[in-house]
Amino acid sequence: MAAPAASAIDLSRALVLAPPPVADWLVILPVAWCLLSGAVLLMLRKDVRLQPPLAIAALSVLLLLDALLLWRVVEGGPVTMVMGRWLPPFGIAFTVDLAGALFALFSAIVALAGGLYAAESIDASGRRYGFYPFLLLLMAGVSGAFLTGDIFNLYVWFEVLLISSFGLLVLGSEPKQIDGAIKYAFLNLVATTLFLIAVGYLYGLFGTLNMADIAVKAAERRPGLPLMTLAVLFVLAFGMKAAAFPVNFWLPASYHTPRIVVSALFAGLLTKVGIYALIRVMVMLFPVEGDALSFLIAVAAAATMIFGALGAIGQSDTRRLLGYLVISGIGVMLAGVAVGGPGGIGGALFYALHSMVVMTALYMATGIAGRLCGVFDLNRAGGLYGRAAFFSALSLVLFLSVSGMPPFSGFWPKVMVAKAAIDIGAWWLAATVLATGFLTMIAVGRVWALAYWRPEKTASEPAPRASAMLSLSALVALTVAIGLYPDPLLQQIQAAASLLAEPSAYVNSVFPQGAR
Amino acid sequence: MNTVIFRTLAPFLTALMLLFSVFVLLRGHNEPGGGFIGGLIAASALAIYGIARGIRPVREALWFHPMTIAAFGLLLACIAGLVSMLAAVPFMTGLWIYPSLFGVEVPLSTVMLFDFGVYLVVVGAVTSIALALEREDI
Amino acid sequence: MEVPFALLIGIFFAAAVYLMLSKFLVRILLGVAILGNAVNLLLFTTGRIVREVPPIIPAGADHQVAVTANPLPQALILTAIVISFSFFAFLLVLSYRAFQDLGTDNANEMRVAEPATDPAPPTGY
Repeated sequence: MAAPAASAIDLSRALVLAPPPVADWLVILPVAWCLLSGAVLLMLRKDVRLQPPLAIAALSVLLLLDALLLWRVVEGGPVTMVMGRWLPPFGIAFTVDLAGALFALFSAIVALAGGLYAAESIDASGRRYGFYPFLLLLMAGVSGAFLTGDIFNLYVWFEVLLISSFGLLVLGSEPKQIDGAIKYAFLNLVATTLFLIAVGYLYGLFGTLNMADIAVKAAERRPGLPLMTLAVLFVLAFGMKAAAFPVNFWLPASYHTPRIVVSALFAGLLTKVGIYALIRVMVMLFPVEGDALSFLIAVAAAATMIFGALGAIGQSDTRRLLGYLVISGIGVMLAGVAVGGPGGIGGALFYALHSMVVMTALYMATGIAGRLCGVFDLNRAGGLYGRAAFFSALSLVLFLSVSGMPPFSGFWPKVMVAKAAIDIGAWWLAATVLATGFLTMIAVGRVWALAYWRPEKTASEPAPRASAMLSLSALVALTVAIGLYPDPLLQQIQAAASLLAEPSAYVNSVFPQGAR
Repeated sequence: MNTVIFRTLAPFLTALMLLFSVFVLLRGHNEPGGGFIGGLIAASALAIYGIARGIRPVREALWFHPMTIAAFGLLLACIAGLVSMLAAVPFMTGLWIYPSLFGVEVPLSTVMLFDFGVYLVVVGAVTSIALALEREDI
Repeated sequence: MEVPFALLIGIFFAAAVYLMLSKFLVRILLGVAILGNAVNLLLFTTGRIVREVPPIIPAGADHQVAVTANPLPQALILTAIVISFSFFAFLLVLSYRAFQDLGTDNANEMRVAEPATDPAPPTGY
């Protein structure tokens, strides 16, 4: 039947004939591993006691794979693997450069911390409903989005992570969750549809979907092509995914409704995928259009920062407050993208990695605080410092880190973004970044003063769970470590930013020996 | 909807459609058909059975939970891609073997395994959605 | 042939946006369904429209001998159809659950997650 005919046809122009190096498999393995272990966990759904250890083991393996991948990329530059031997641009390529590998590693850290936190906080019914399988499928989508080198494939991974996030969001099926899920689902669907429209136009213009191919062809054929329209569509679509003002209203409507660990994972993973895709498309594929749109993005960034910080100050529910802090962090990343250059892009990448760790940890801390106080309402919470001093110290580190105080991880990226903004003369953007830090400080400082320092008002609850404290401590240790010793990470981030701006290594990895 | 005629005919109709779905699945490699459309046919067969007899008989007939079937399909599809690791070719490369069964050469491939996985994913996922919707009506 | 298709896509998008501007979930859902079809048609048109020759290499040749239909947009559309179908199914179930649990399909009246009468945070101890 359809056996590959051993004829005289020269296959080397269409197929990869040499066996790929074993290390190249690291590009595809994070995604394949997540799908595989997610499927196994879904089949073992009824076995609720087996779920957490298996899932934590699977997520640890994922972390190991992503660490190895980062090591491979740092050592040898971008790595490419094509699906089914078809040469790009015809075959789907998975291409990883430094930025993708860094994001994948941090997402794996966040997922492992979330899996650990959930071991005790997600009960048997939540496990039977499929919390862990959904988490692994979500990670398949997130890893796929970070590792793929094909823009339609990026869309597919967006949908994979979106549909698993729906599953996580309605875990528990409370009316509040259904309400949040409606807004989340409809608005995110519109955002991915916008992305798909942009992909359609992109294909119509270039006849290719491989990102390396597009980057080269866009540079060659720029005059006369309506790339600006395309760039605006991409900015709108990814801005909506990343919750940039004024298309961010799905986030405060939904992020406080699910289980707290689900909120933590969403805050650490979902909006950052949007930022990553925005950076990938605007910096690597359409740098000229990205520069032209920088003022628009800067205004949106400033509005997002201020909107998020003011929204956080206006909340009495700590979970809703954190939703607004996520938005305000997105504003800082957008400011970095708008400023551009190695400082701006590097700052945006660094802030995204910092925000993945710190926002996840903040939601976890809020979950523990809510368990200790019995309420999330600032009007009634209190007495945490007297009851759990170590936990309060961890929370204080996170509060300082999220508002950008030294010596924690939030400080360095804000310095980078603000300095890059001043360097190009956008003093107002730098001032907004600093003002946002100040407003964030007020918002979290009030949480500290009310929920932690205020004398006891509510009935005492049991001590924090061990697994929750363990994952929180690990994330806090990470933010302190990055804050005190940022050099190794900073070097890689600067290298990643310059690789994004000058993607010749990325292109060479997809098209070796310059054959296109 | 729930007439005697329909209730009597539904099991035969379901059996026929399931058989047809497997035919469409296997036909799919070189001709129109494939795992997705075959899975949809199978899922609609199960939906018809559910409308006629209620959802409990469907669950009993399936033996496994629909989501478990979907998960198994995902597992198969994933394995189909990873087999190429052993053969030192890139991910998802089609690999073929030609075992001889009763004197007839039967071509088997990882592509077919992948398609079978897709079939199971679609059957499982669509059936679980259909059963969830039908449960509300009854 | 592309121009009539472009007009048709425009009509689809207009209908979809109009329906999605409604505050009733069922209309939004219909709008989403039409939007998905509009995008599929768009993908189809961006692949250029040619005569319906299947893109199959004839026996004995090693490349296409005639101008054939572009297979890639068809693959993209198939993927997009599968995804939008599953989304539509999910949203249908979700909207139905929302109608049952919240007692309304009016998005303006869904204020369970964000109550209009949320207390302001305290200004002092």
